[in-house]
Amino acid sequence: MPANLPTYVRALILSIVLIAFALPAFAGPFEDAVAKFANDDFSDSEDAVAEIAASGNPLAYAIISALQDERLMADPDTKKVYVKQVDGKIIDAATGAAVDSLPDAADAVRLNNKLRRTVEAALGGLTLLSPDRDARIAAAQSVFKSHEEALLPVVDNALAKETDRTAKAALSEARAAILLFKSDASEEDKLKAIAAVRARGDQEALGMLSDIGTDQPPTVVKAAASAIASIQSSLALWSGVQNAWYGLSLGSVLLLAAIGLAITFGVMGVINMAHGEMVMLGAYTTFVVQEVIRTRYPGLFDYSLLIAVPLAFLVAGAIGVLIERSIIRFLYGRPLETLLATWGLSLVLQQAVRTMFGPTNREVGNPSWMSGAFQLGQITITYNRLWILCFTLAVFVILLAMLRFTALGLEMRAVTQNRRMAASMGIATSRVDALTFGLGSGIAGIAGVALSQIDNVSPNLGQSYIIDSFMVVVFGGVGNLWGTLVGAFTLGIANKFLEPVAGAVLGKIAILVLIILFIQKRPRGLFALKGRAVEA
Amino acid sequence: MLTNITHDIATPFSRRRWLAVTAGLVLGLAGFSGAKAADDTIKIGVLHSLSGTMAISETTLKDTILFLIDEQNKKGGVLGKKLEAVVVDPASNWPLFAEKARELITKDKVAVVFGCWTSVSRKSVLPVFKELNNILFYPVQYEGEESERNVFYTGAAPNQQAIPAVDYLMKEDKVKRWVLAGTDYVYPRTTNKILEAYLKSKGVAQDDIMINYTPFGHSDWQTIVADIKKFGSAGKKTAVVSTINGDANVPFYKELGNQGIKATDIPVVAFSVGEEELAGIDTKPLLGHLAAWNYFESIKTPANEKFIKEWQAYTKNPKRTTNDPMEAHVIGFNMWVKAVEKVKSTDPDKVIDALPGIETPNLTGGIAKMLPNHHITKPVFIGEIKANGQFDVVYKTKDLVPGDAWSKELEGSKDLIGDWVGKKCGNYNTKTDKCLGSGS
Repeated sequence: MPANLPTYVRALILSIVLIAFALPAFAGPFEDAVAKFANDDFSDSEDAVAEIAASGNPLAYAIISALQDERLMADPDTKKVYVKQVDGKIIDAATGAAVDSLPDAADAVRLNNKLRRTVEAALGGLTLLSPDRDARIAAAQSVFKSHEEALLPVVDNALAKETDRTAKAALSEARAAILLFKSDASEEDKLKAIAAVRARGDQEALGMLSDIGTDQPPTVVKAAASAIASIQSSLALWSGVQNAWYGLSLGSVLLLAAIGLAITFGVMGVINMAHGEMVMLGAYTTFVVQEVIRTRYPGLFDYSLLIAVPLAFLVAGAIGVLIERSIIRFLYGRPLETLLATWGLSLVLQQAVRTMFGPTNREVGNPSWMSGAFQLGQITITYNRLWILCFTLAVFVILLAMLRFTALGLEMRAVTQNRRMAASMGIATSRVDALTFGLGSGIAGIAGVALSQIDNVSPNLGQSYIIDSFMVVVFGGVGNLWGTLVGAFTLGIANKFLEPVAGAVLGKIAILVLIILFIQKRPRGLFALKGRAVEA
Repeated sequence: MLTNITHDIATPFSRRRWLAVTAGLVLGLAGFSGAKAADDTIKIGVLHSLSGTMAISETTLKDTILFLIDEQNKKGGVLGKKLEAVVVDPASNWPLFAEKARELITKDKVAVVFGCWTSVSRKSVLPVFKELNNILFYPVQYEGEESERNVFYTGAAPNQQAIPAVDYLMKEDKVKRWVLAGTDYVYPRTTNKILEAYLKSKGVAQDDIMINYTPFGHSDWQTIVADIKKFGSAGKKTAVVSTINGDANVPFYKELGNQGIKATDIPVVAFSVGEEELAGIDTKPLLGHLAAWNYFESIKTPANEKFIKEWQAYTKNPKRTTNDPMEAHVIGFNMWVKAVEKVKSTDPDKVIDALPGIETPNLTGGIAKMLPNHHITKPVFIGEIKANGQFDVVYKTKDLVPGDAWSKELEGSKDLIGDWVGKKCGNYNTKTDKCLGSGS
């Protein structure tokens, strides 16, 4: 990385240093440099970035940041370059004069990864003194990564002026990184730098410390080695926390997929192979909702999932009721036929969706509040997984409350525990059957809304969850929602602790083998129902 | 059976068009004495899954062949006869591929078959094509290590995709550390074996290579993405070479985006991700990640622009994307037409012998040539993902790369060649001058 920085990047960074010390700007080559963007050549563009950053021209920042966002337009015929500003106005990049409209031939200047890195480095240098606090922090972090020696005076200068605590810390880390690799830095400076990098304690710090080499004073080498050991042991601890979090997150996905099945299979005893397709229908409902929102009400996009949840429940639930009334009710007590019929049904539903929406994946976007991640200590927690965990637990609690406290819940439990007794007490059992199956299907639909955020929305979506769902329900104990909860999280966490050791493929196999062994020992799962219901 | 079989997709013909067609046919027959009036169409088999897991990729290829047949019929067909598609659905079920292939050849008497996507489906139909002596055009990039008399490979061999991509990253991005991540089946395993041997021959240490396999349809990528991040923070520039297949890609890229791995930090170069796969993802966080293919929809050549226009008009969908295996089918189809016209017969033996040496233009410029090993010459492009879901070509090989049936990097296959013209052998050992059993 840093050692490989090409000479022009070094030159560029040096020139940024010069700008930072406010040398008089010189005009002339600036226009020539800007015109280079029109050549459609990556190395010409890189030269142009270097020269423009060096020019000290007030337009430099506007041009380079426009290049980064692909707002820099070039006309290959006239060699004119334009900046499309964020507000949509267009200016001539060479003069800054406003232009009415872009010529037809103008196209966005292309970037590749190398050019993008050059642009980031240039912007990092240009924004260390930016009035925006977040921009300064980002700049300091990019300097930490590149730890380019030439930037030391700029960093010192910025550090002296900096008042914000977070930004100051980022700048000190950047300074430490530079000193660590500066060949003529004093031993004392290097030891301080190692302490600062050690305090950062993350993987990047570890990478940096392992990269300094052995041609350093012995005290420095020793300090680095002890810092590496200390970071490693703290990271090992964090990796346990990380695995636990990943396990919880995987468990929540398993639970979400299985919770509907826990009702149709667990409570009603229907082997429903079309359960996965209910999940898929929920995901497609989300797609349709987002599609309508995109074309009609783009402002509502962040609420698309909130709108999709009740709709998915209704769509999947209605189809569930329809399936129960038209097929399943004729097959009660004949598990083999139910299995075959629902499996056939799952193929029908898949092919129907394939015909309606096409066989390819459909794009379901993440609302802004579900994108990205935040850092908790040394682990990265992504928002979409966090929300799914919360959502799953909420669905679980609501369902549990429904079964316990509502009249329908009471009837459901009564019918599934003893159908004939319930019927004698005046419960319309067939209506309850239909509603129970509808409820299970509807919850599968809700699961589809959440799963559309992390998986493909394709006709095959359901298939990938059906096996896992059955596994969770059987493992947790048929007929017990709490068993499903514990089963899902146990499997999730066990999987995630096995995966780093055994790999994803072997991990999955190991889990299956463990479940088979477990079922041998306890055929009724973790939380077995006791009493007469078992024999029924 | 649970498969639906679509036979004979008929295009609606207007009466006037029928008249024109019949007139053309009569004229054609008058000019061509050898043809028999009895069978007035040439049947073409289309063996792509239209249901099941692979439908996502293969349905488009079925449409492509129907489109090509339609275009060819507008030009008057082949040898004065109309072409007629026979579409079957092997339903992503590998043994069913062999059954359906047999049905196409014996019952429908097709002259040629265009089909298969996964290597396992190709391996499953191979014995059928050998036994019944017919022709298969296989349009997908694959792991190589094969050259059969009855199969023509119009997709890329590893030296036409994987190796140039790795070279590009080594040269342009100065990558020193490599993650080879793939789905656990034959294509990624063989490709990674070839790449590992190649990287080691370039001086990459064992410690700097991390190999990772995941099951089909893997959807929980948290641990693996975290591992990649960890592997990439050892102070050396790191890249991921992805042979992750099919549906698993979307959650993988989503996780990369969410965990904030940018292409400027750790670029991912993929061999199985094309325009179709990207259609299901928000590509903004993926800006700059790469794919290596022999065709990209975004390449601006008159031939490609014309193809895309006609394709979108045919499918009546102005947003329908095109991709690399589609171009492979275009090339294969045109080569077959040329070979048939050259020998004035659809007899498989004659066509098989005529195909090597046939040349046809690529959609992206240059000429594809069928080689004696039944692979073709291809340009290699490296594209970076753009925010609009298309690829921006950042690198292109200077010359066309001829496909190697047998990898030069692997110990077991480096002396082997496929040569169906001179040696009449698919696995000829050039050291011992012996054919290792796959002769004709």
